[in-house]
Amino acid sequence: MPKRILKILFFLLLIRPIVFIVIGLNIRGKRNLPLSGPTIIVANHNSHLDTLVLMSLFPLSILHNIRPVAAADYFLSNPILKWLSLNCIDIIPLARKPRFISKDKLFQTCHAALDKGNILIIFPEGTRGVPEEMGRIKSGIFHLINDRKDTRVVPLVMHGLGKSLPRGEALFVPFNCDVIIGEQLPLETSKDKFVDNLSTTFNALLKQCLTRNNSVK
Amino acid sequence: MIFDVPQNAFYSILVIFFLLMTASLSRIFLAKKNPKSDFTELRQRIQSWWWMVSFLFSCLIISRTTAIILFGFISFLALKEFFSIVPTRLADRRVIFWSYLAIPIQYYWVSIEWYGMFIIFIPIYLFLFLPVRMVLIGETKGFIRAIGITHWGVMLTVFCLSHIAYLLVLPVKNLDAGNIGLVIFLISMTQLNDVAQYIWGKSLGRRPIIPKVSPNKTLEGFIGGVLTITLISGNFASFLTPLSANEGYFAGLLISICGFFGDVVISSVKRDLEIKDSGTLIPGHGGILDRLDSLIFVSPVFFHYIHYVVF
Repeated sequence: MPKRILKILFFLLLIRPIVFIVIGLNIRGKRNLPLSGPTIIVANHNSHLDTLVLMSLFPLSILHNIRPVAAADYFLSNPILKWLSLNCIDIIPLARKPRFISKDKLFQTCHAALDKGNILIIFPEGTRGVPEEMGRIKSGIFHLINDRKDTRVVPLVMHGLGKSLPRGEALFVPFNCDVIIGEQLPLETSKDKFVDNLSTTFNALLKQCLTRNNSVK
Repeated sequence: MIFDVPQNAFYSILVIFFLLMTASLSRIFLAKKNPKSDFTELRQRIQSWWWMVSFLFSCLIISRTTAIILFGFISFLALKEFFSIVPTRLADRRVIFWSYLAIPIQYYWVSIEWYGMFIIFIPIYLFLFLPVRMVLIGETKGFIRAIGITHWGVMLTVFCLSHIAYLLVLPVKNLDAGNIGLVIFLISMTQLNDVAQYIWGKSLGRRPIIPKVSPNKTLEGFIGGVLTITLISGNFASFLTPLSANEGYFAGLLISICGFFGDVVISSVKRDLEIKDSGTLIPGHGGILDRLDSLIFVSPVFFHYIHYVVF
């Protein structure tokens, strides 16, 4: 399968050397990293590098199962980015402003990927926002997992990449990045409870970051 | 002469591998004797030692250039770890970018043996250049703190550590040991000092020496370490360095005292930031700064002692 090989080569030759040597990760909770699906990894979002760092954590042999859910309006906007996103990273494009689409239709590709046993990466803040600051968590993810009892949700927090490549900057500067993988989240019955629980978990994981004092406010 | 490695340096490499083998075997023996205790951290620690020592010796043996590149790379990892944990402003990203560029330049001066430039490039030219670059960005809020932190980081991780690399390009005075011998002497004495202070402190330690920074460091550990390293250093100096035995005793004293202060200075940085380790790069040890802390202070002092006494 050429796409699978392309993805492996892209990570092996380009992304992994950058992630592990130029950036450098402080990984905690590696044993909580899910290696099989259907699973959704929910992570905080500071930088474009987030997705690439997260995907580098997985063994190359299951890399084809790892699918980041990404904003269609951004990643499909120009031809080069579109080709990279669809072939080398293999994103699941998602419409960010789904006013005229029903929820079922919106999540169709996500459900199909989960049915295949994929591991999805979702950034529930929806945008990179201000570097290293938690944005408001959106509830879309609750609707995605609500009727799927087979799907695990694993929280993951990254810190430091907002310094390396913040929004609107083109110059990359090396800084270490903390990656803290939490334990699987329990199922919740209501949307608000789920969002509350996720935000408490994110804040608890952020406290374990070695780089947490890296900015002057 | 094997691989062009001077004889005494080669023997010391063998001795160090023998010591590591002893450590590994003792760990296995301990684990067999106490099957209930958890030796994971000790195992990781020793395993990491094997990796670090093998990597260092390979680079030293392959060529002088390889070794200089290795030390440059170590400086990069240490500087990156420093900038990742200390508070910096988003506006200073470009200044930090320039400080990284100082690494290849500093090690280039080492490789062409330009001592005059090597010794002033970071303390003078970079010292003046970084605030100029910062002024051009124009953010004045937090300026003093930002420039202080940035330059201090480069001094510690690039300027101080590059002295180890400069030992490699000095004229060879002890033909049996070569310059590799000097580097092995410096690094092994510094690391042995950490071990000796720890062991003396664990077995005899009562009076805390600097309780606000490191509650586990004791006066007994410090004195025990200083005596041990002074003795060992005096006995091995003429084998691995151009120093005489008496000069070797004094070198040991310097290494031991500077090593202690390097350790507690980096501890204070971590304590200020309320973190236990500076990173997770080296399993069982923590970050690279946790491992290099004593070496940062020992390297320039040892270098200038050698430079003063021998050259």
